[in-house]
Amino acid sequence: MTGTNLGAPAERREGRQKVTGAARYAAEYTLPGRAHAWPVPAAVPRGRVTAVDTSAALALPGVLAVLTPGDAPRLAEPEDGTLAVLQDPDVPHRGWCVALAVAETLETARAAARAVRVTYDRKPHHADFTEADPDAYEPDEAGGQAGRVERGDPEAAYAAAGVRVDVTYRVPPLHNHPMEPHASTAHWDGDRLTVYTSSQGGTAVRSVLAQLFGLDEEGITVVAEHVGGGFGSKGTPRPDVVLAAMAARHTGRPVTLALPRRYLPDVVGHRAPTVQRLRLGADPDGRLTALLHEVTTHTSRVKEFVEYAAVPSRVMYATPALRSAHRVLPLDVPSPSWMRAPGEAPGMYALESAVDELAGVLGTDPVELRIRNEPDREPASGKPFSSRHLAECLREGARRFGWAERDPRPGARREGPFLLGTGVAAATYPVQVAPSTASAQALPDGTFTVRINAADIGTGARTVLAQVAADALGVPLDRVRTEVGRSDLPPAPLAGGSMGTASWGWAVHEACAELACRLAGHTGPLPVEGIEVRADTAGKADADSPYARHAFGAQFAEVAVDTVTGETRVRRLLGVFAAGHILNARTARSQFTGAMTMGLGMALTEHSTLDAVFGDFAEPDLAAYHVPAHADVPDIEADWLDEDDPHLNPMGSKGIGEIGIVGTAAAVGNAVHHATGIRFRELPLTPDRVLTALLSEG
Amino acid sequence: MYTESPAVRKVPRAMTSANRPGHHSEVTLRVNGKPHTLLVDHRRVLLDLLREDLDLTGAKKGCDHGQCGACTVLVDGRRLNSCLLLAVTLDGSEVTTVEGLGGHGEEPHPLQRAFLDRDALQCGYCTPGQLCSAVGMLTEAAAGHPSHVTDPATPSGRPVPLDRPEIRERMSGNLCRCGAYPRIVEAVEDVIR
Amino acid sequence: MNGFAYLRPGSVQEAVEAFAGHPGAHYLAGGTNLVDLMKLGVTRPATLIDVGRLPLGTVEELPDGSLRVGATVRNSDLAADPRVRDRYPVLSQALLAGASGQLRNAATTGGNLLQRTRCPYFQDLGKPCNKREPGTGCGARQGVHRDHAVLGHSEHCVATHPSDMAVALAALDAQVELYGTDGARRVPVDDFYRLPGEHPERDTWIRPGELITGVLLPAATAGVPSAYRKARDRASYAFALASVAVVLRVADGVVDQVGIAFGALAHRPWRARHAELALLGAPAGPAAFEGAVALELAHAEPLRDNAYKVPLARNLALDVLNRLAPAPATAA
Repeated sequence: MTGTNLGAPAERREGRQKVTGAARYAAEYTLPGRAHAWPVPAAVPRGRVTAVDTSAALALPGVLAVLTPGDAPRLAEPEDGTLAVLQDPDVPHRGWCVALAVAETLETARAAARAVRVTYDRKPHHADFTEADPDAYEPDEAGGQAGRVERGDPEAAYAAAGVRVDVTYRVPPLHNHPMEPHASTAHWDGDRLTVYTSSQGGTAVRSVLAQLFGLDEEGITVVAEHVGGGFGSKGTPRPDVVLAAMAARHTGRPVTLALPRRYLPDVVGHRAPTVQRLRLGADPDGRLTALLHEVTTHTSRVKEFVEYAAVPSRVMYATPALRSAHRVLPLDVPSPSWMRAPGEAPGMYALESAVDELAGVLGTDPVELRIRNEPDREPASGKPFSSRHLAECLREGARRFGWAERDPRPGARREGPFLLGTGVAAATYPVQVAPSTASAQALPDGTFTVRINAADIGTGARTVLAQVAADALGVPLDRVRTEVGRSDLPPAPLAGGSMGTASWGWAVHEACAELACRLAGHTGPLPVEGIEVRADTAGKADADSPYARHAFGAQFAEVAVDTVTGETRVRRLLGVFAAGHILNARTARSQFTGAMTMGLGMALTEHSTLDAVFGDFAEPDLAAYHVPAHADVPDIEADWLDEDDPHLNPMGSKGIGEIGIVGTAAAVGNAVHHATGIRFRELPLTPDRVLTALLSEG
Repeated sequence: MYTESPAVRKVPRAMTSANRPGHHSEVTLRVNGKPHTLLVDHRRVLLDLLREDLDLTGAKKGCDHGQCGACTVLVDGRRLNSCLLLAVTLDGSEVTTVEGLGGHGEEPHPLQRAFLDRDALQCGYCTPGQLCSAVGMLTEAAAGHPSHVTDPATPSGRPVPLDRPEIRERMSGNLCRCGAYPRIVEAVEDVIR
Repeated sequence: MNGFAYLRPGSVQEAVEAFAGHPGAHYLAGGTNLVDLMKLGVTRPATLIDVGRLPLGTVEELPDGSLRVGATVRNSDLAADPRVRDRYPVLSQALLAGASGQLRNAATTGGNLLQRTRCPYFQDLGKPCNKREPGTGCGARQGVHRDHAVLGHSEHCVATHPSDMAVALAALDAQVELYGTDGARRVPVDDFYRLPGEHPERDTWIRPGELITGVLLPAATAGVPSAYRKARDRASYAFALASVAVVLRVADGVVDQVGIAFGALAHRPWRARHAELALLGAPAGPAAFEGAVALELAHAEPLRDNAYKVPLARNLALDVLNRLAPAPATAA
């Protein structure tokens, strides 16, 4: 497609609303008579609720109801077990919702929730994650792909390799913690349900609610106009929207449930911990002869979710012998879920750290080693790549970062008490796309309205879809309006898997291209209601591609390690990405650098500790779970090589929301190794770990 | 003697049976220049008063415990976490929220404009807090307040020049999960210049 | 949080009387910790006595050269006070190393001293904690305790005190001014705090109903070189993993005056008396510092997962001591 809008740094359309405080989020729909709900979390790690005494709670003035497993509205059985809230007395993990207080005010709802007395029949629990646990099993699927992929004879090839690296990396549980806690406001008008919810995909919220409550989808409206971040944790409906709808039905009032921050870690998902064994075999020239990536992770007893960390090894490097396999251990713990670049983020941390170790063993430059192992086809599938510019990203990044001047010897740069080092890692993320519908309407005043139930979770979806539309219509950007975030708009897939813009944009493009054709054939003034065209990309967007389609990138980091305290801080981060055609230079840069910031956190500050005694996380709030703060984040630079890839979608774009977090932690970890000479194989690199190692190995 | 809280008055009818006497007081606040007199539940924090009673939802609830900064507003010119301020303690205070930063005109505050120019936001949820915090922070630096990264040898009582490390340190009470930090720092620099 | 009565007394005397007349009363000033704990249900006052507007908001110089800090002086204002910055730099630095700009604008001197531990078991009503609910046990001892105490803990409690400011005050020999129904008294900061022992529910030796009215910064430590250093997981807005406050005067190469206090290692700011005793009168220098700090930290009894705190505290202390000590005169 041609046009001048795509790629331009158009300003975020809802920006003005956001900076003036006018943008409303899910808990901010102050409907008349609105009540507030507050959850009661289970205080045992496993068991059954034997009694819920609500008398003290109900005696508080202003309390409307306390929903319990015994009297809450019945739901059809959900596909996602985490949504079967208040349906039976079983407690699958600590923090599971066992009652819900509803009251006139937030304060009273909170007091009422605390006044509910729950008694339990406590059962023994197992919440201790160890990779040797005999209950761990091989799942059939991991992230929608085969749990295990093998090519050649990896064990034999590894045993025969001249150069070998056999290392195990660990990533702790991590939490998404979007700044807006999960929240929903629900309102029933007879059998019509309206929910305002913080979700990455309102279409799925509607279909899930329809199934659970036995309603027609037409009877439900889901509004998610502004969403305060999600990072995967709002990808599918979470318990808040189900509970809010139940409470609203039960009380006959509009009800808002904004989950308190400290309850989020147990009920909206986490990145499951992984233990990743990497075995790399190479010939003396540094060409891989075997790559074995074996991941053990945990899941809950509620559902199987596999953190598919071994998957990127199916894409990255040429090797005649490959194993990429997963094992998962079910425990009495909260259910894991998606967190930004599930699979790739932890998997590439381990793989790219191991590749750095191999470079060290070989004495080869780590940039060069990666380029030397570039495959000409996707190793696992044998498909050709639709486009792959990893080597170019590495070279361009190395040039900008000043990599050539780097002294490869570890521990060679010192600045007072600081050890300085630089590191590199590759990044990859798959191109995913799903069918979508959209409509485009030409109005008599010469303007256009594009409608699609996309979610703008901070990506700038409204803005980029207007750019797609303007180019397809051949009109200036300011003539196009976009309406998103309501389920009465044409259905669309979620903002997740970095596929939002590609999926929605394709449908918008089709609708606008068709509308442009119609307008070309139209004579005379437009009718008052304008002309509207609707598109559906089913059958196109989901058609099998003969190509392996992935985005790639290179991450470079410079760190300073304080030898006094072990405090490690990033001084510079540079990411160079090849992700198809970049559709909005301004918002794209923000997504890349934002994801790199989350990768920085994964490397240095973020971790949740599963408390095996109590079966939940020891860092439930933002004081204990350390999201990077301003002071942690230096001038992060992100740039891209524009790719011309005709095998993607009409815009030629790949997803960009997640690749920025991939490889960041490895680049930082590799820089810490370069700085200190010490190889850390467990994240995050907090002062306790770093100082202890500096003292014992230094 | 101490002043006992005023007797319950102006209680909305629906609330009379809902609340025990002695747990509510009347407070008067000026919010964005407008006076408001409300009967508040002593448990109500300023953040909930703004959002629930005045329908000013610009100040955000990110953590409700002073751990994220999304609720930052200006009280008598100082930046504070409104989630930790009991409204009853604020009688007579002047509160400025993100809705009031630009004054009454159509034009946004220069900092709001700079946030748009720099794309210093993504999901927008931390943004009102970042903006109010930055306004308060600039006042503090101008008044000579040092920070953790200010050289202790810097003379007291004189405005502290704000380089990037200073801005980052002073803004660290405002978390942003989208990672807009570098752009926020640029936006703040734009209004300093 | 259940409902509570609210009183705003006009004087210290009225505040103390109000407390005596209202069972279950708590004083409220900045609220940065109390409101947090009330929302968690950890603290459940029947009455709040708002002392935030009492006339205790100034820093005054006393004739003897000491500085009296009113209890409601905000942390940000105290850190910026030119007299504090010039004469007690360790205090200004400690304040600025804590919390965030917003929190420092609200938090008061008195409230900072009385903040409670951030132990996650203390904050979670669903878990055992002897500090919150005596007799229920300690969740942290066998649980997650990377951030917990290595010095002075008991089988009942391994919590740490979270304040940065109090650590500086301990090293400065500051005194807490208290006022209660029995009148006024002064207690050295170092004697104000308790170790957990059998009663971790009590953080300090404050008497019921006593109100902190101020903190006295003594003339004896005014102008003595001092500094604070803190290590933490993120670069700002995080509680200490370990911290140290040092006040050190060296005369003719010999340690003439010294105060060392550690933060985040114990239930209270940990005044390093053993180290100080070893240093006083000793030649100032790396070897003496190392020996003295080792002597102090020999008392540490780390838990399963926090042994790192001992070398971390050691490094912090040595770094600050060496920085404060004047460079040795070049030997003739």
